[in-house]
Amino acid sequence: MNSTILQISSRYLNIILLIASVFALIRGHNQPGGGFIGGLLASLSVIFNSLAYSPEEILKKLRIKPIQHIALGLILVLLSIIPSLLAHKPVMHGIWIKGSSAFLQSVKIGTPLLFDIGVFFTVIGVTLLFFFSLLIKK
Amino acid sequence: MLYILLIYLGLSFAIFLIPEKFKKYTAFIIAILQLSVFAYFFRFFPKISNGEKISLVKDWIPDLNLNFSFLLDGLSFLFVLLVTFIGFLVFLYAKAYMKGYSGTSRFYFYLTLFSGAMLGLVLSENMIQLFVFWELTSVLSFLLISFFNEKIASRKAAFQSLFVTGFGGLSLLAGLILLGSITDSYSITDWIQNSAIIKTDSKYLPALILILLGVFTKSAQFPFHFWLPGAMQAPTPVSSYLHSATMVKAGIFLLFRLNPVLGGTTEWTYIIPVIGVITMLTGSYLSITQKDLKAVLAYTTISALGVLVLLIGIDTKISIKAAFIFLFVHAFYKAALFMLAGFIDKKTGTRDIDSLGGLIFVMPIGFIVGSVALFSMAGIPPMLGFIGKELIYEAKVQSPGMGFLVLILGVASNIFMVIISLVLMSKAFFGQTKSNIKQLGLNEGLFLVGPIVLAMLSVGFGVFPDLLSNYIEPALQIVTGDSMQIKLKIGHGFNEVFFLSLFTVLSGIIVFYLLNKYPNLLYNWRSFNSKVFSIDFADLFSYGIASFNRFSENNTKLIQHGYHRYYILTIILFTTVLLWFQVYITRGWQSDMELTLRPLYITGLIAIIIISALYCAFAKSRLATIIAMGVTGYGISFIYLYYSAVDLAITQIIVETLTVVLFVLVLQKLPKFAILSRLRSRMRDAVIALAFGSVMTILALKAIDLEFNRPISDYYIENSYLKAYGKNVVNVILVDFRALDTLGEVTVLTIASLGVFVLLKSKKEKR
Repeated sequence: MNSTILQISSRYLNIILLIASVFALIRGHNQPGGGFIGGLLASLSVIFNSLAYSPEEILKKLRIKPIQHIALGLILVLLSIIPSLLAHKPVMHGIWIKGSSAFLQSVKIGTPLLFDIGVFFTVIGVTLLFFFSLLIKK
Repeated sequence: MLYILLIYLGLSFAIFLIPEKFKKYTAFIIAILQLSVFAYFFRFFPKISNGEKISLVKDWIPDLNLNFSFLLDGLSFLFVLLVTFIGFLVFLYAKAYMKGYSGTSRFYFYLTLFSGAMLGLVLSENMIQLFVFWELTSVLSFLLISFFNEKIASRKAAFQSLFVTGFGGLSLLAGLILLGSITDSYSITDWIQNSAIIKTDSKYLPALILILLGVFTKSAQFPFHFWLPGAMQAPTPVSSYLHSATMVKAGIFLLFRLNPVLGGTTEWTYIIPVIGVITMLTGSYLSITQKDLKAVLAYTTISALGVLVLLIGIDTKISIKAAFIFLFVHAFYKAALFMLAGFIDKKTGTRDIDSLGGLIFVMPIGFIVGSVALFSMAGIPPMLGFIGKELIYEAKVQSPGMGFLVLILGVASNIFMVIISLVLMSKAFFGQTKSNIKQLGLNEGLFLVGPIVLAMLSVGFGVFPDLLSNYIEPALQIVTGDSMQIKLKIGHGFNEVFFLSLFTVLSGIIVFYLLNKYPNLLYNWRSFNSKVFSIDFADLFSYGIASFNRFSENNTKLIQHGYHRYYILTIILFTTVLLWFQVYITRGWQSDMELTLRPLYITGLIAIIIISALYCAFAKSRLATIIAMGVTGYGISFIYLYYSAVDLAITQIIVETLTVVLFVLVLQKLPKFAILSRLRSRMRDAVIALAFGSVMTILALKAIDLEFNRPISDYYIENSYLKAYGKNVVNVILVDFRALDTLGEVTVLTIASLGVFVLLKSKKEKR
């Protein structure tokens, strides 16, 4: 596919989708969104980009490859378990950083957020792995 | 005791770290370890002989009731001494024997680990723990038999032994679990206390049979005996350690251990002796017709194990006593004989008894030691073997039930033993020297240390039997339950037992004389034997395994045919039938729901969904199908929105988009759309699809009707902000309340994507 309209629009779409994905991830705790939706949005941005240009090129440009995304996500998920173990709480018990600053009031930071970020990366990795293995011939 | 086992474990791995220069001392280091462990345990003797029990419990997983639990009592004390002492001698011997082989570190690693496992086995108080060590010894035996793994015979024999003992191990585990379910404990102490309950329980007989299967496979009882001669493929130190003195005695140990729990019943006193007698007779009879020195010894070992099993099965005080004595008798002479056999093998380069001869001049010390051991095996005074045999006869004379038959067969078996002892002695040591003798240099002394010590023990304990009886008394008390003094002496006067002994030895000598005078007799006997007893259990076993493989291959071909469409068809059909059956039984279609009309735009949306779904099924182009599917999906997400499930709606929309994109990409690679299936199969698919769809519809309708006591969602809604600081309940459930589920889902996603990745890549590589 070599459509200039798609290529140009995907450039802007790319940025918007990525911002939206992070936004969805962070706001997920209180309003619709979350790691899963965010991950899907982020992978959509990559997919549109590779449809506009060529998947091989985009895969080459990705600094973190899909499988590494998966690994990163799973590692984060597992890391989010450790604090609960250290605190002698049941496994995966949520541990929060408490504070009164305005930032901490709007974004709650704790192991569930870390967990959600892990899900975010895993979903990106999984979707992209599907996508690229369907598309790229070696 | 736990630490000692850990030392064995640590040291066995440390063997690999020993630098090349000091490799030759490895065996000495382990031998010293064995001797010091022997000494360590020996200190407990005063306490043990007072009837004390030393136990040690270390928590492992207390919540599951799993602990390391050790028990040192009279019985385990005896076996510990046996394992460490013979182990000490075997390592000295292995030092000489293994010279010049490659991979000795691996060999010592296995052998050290085995010593530790065997110690763990006899010291275990918890029976599951015992089982773990039991399996460890089986695995190590496998590894040691296959030590010369470049030989196909070794690999085959190793596999056979692993398969047989592994099968026995499994049934042993099942039996132990049955016993555990009766008493709700796996501690042998608890079992002994509850033995009356166990014996009357309906699970007693199955448990007994399962445990006996384990014992009989491990201790090479008929008809599982065939793996033991095969195990002679192992290096000779292994044969003398595992396959005569210790590992095969694990079954015997377990019988001793469980005698207070399971013994004394009719089943016990009938099943066990019958198997024991058969094994005793087969082993000793078949030993005469063997040509390989080690095979002869293997068959006599089988026979000896049969004797032990028989004695424990008779289950009188005197028979248990005889069993203990014979345990030592056999360990001493058989380990010595194996070591000598290995020595002869090294010296002459052959183990064929027909090509040996005249070794009396080559190895005079070997001759003396060998004849002591052989005399002990034949039961000739003043060896310990004589006392053992006398006691065995006494036990058999006094045995209740089928004593008479047992006695006759026992005498026959002993006559064979006398014959084979004489045959071995004459063939190996007398006559013409037929083979080239190699000089082994300094090592020769090392070869003979073990046999000399063991032979001295055979004579020493034979002359002063009271020394031995001190050690056996506490063990006897553990097994039989009450203390008794043991008086051991050579010769019990001129009673029937003495005459039986005399008869045995004399008939043995007569038969041997005949065999010697008419050499053809032995060869005829051999050929007669191979004709009559042509059933080779090892071959039978291989045949069984092969046909089982064929069976499962055909089976797999039938079920795993490789057609994806039929797999899906089977799964859906099966689910549909089950669900419809349930719906039919509960009259699930009757529903008293009131149908209310929704706003027009929702009704219209549903109409669009239905139409696009129908279009999907009948469309003639793939692209149209996919777009129609997309319409269905988007429609459903709008319905989510209507019911204010925003998260779900967003997810659904994104997933729909992705699906359409991916499908379109896949489409490019597919050939042009065509209808290849016949009308009949299409009709069949339609029927199945309708049946499945309708049952799912009924299920969905039913789900609305269901009233749980209190929906869990209320809890989540109430606590979402209070406990998890989040207002989006869906997200809080995903990442906090039910985060473990999400973890599972994420993992599944990963595995699925890796599966897709591998499938697509591997296909491309083929092209």
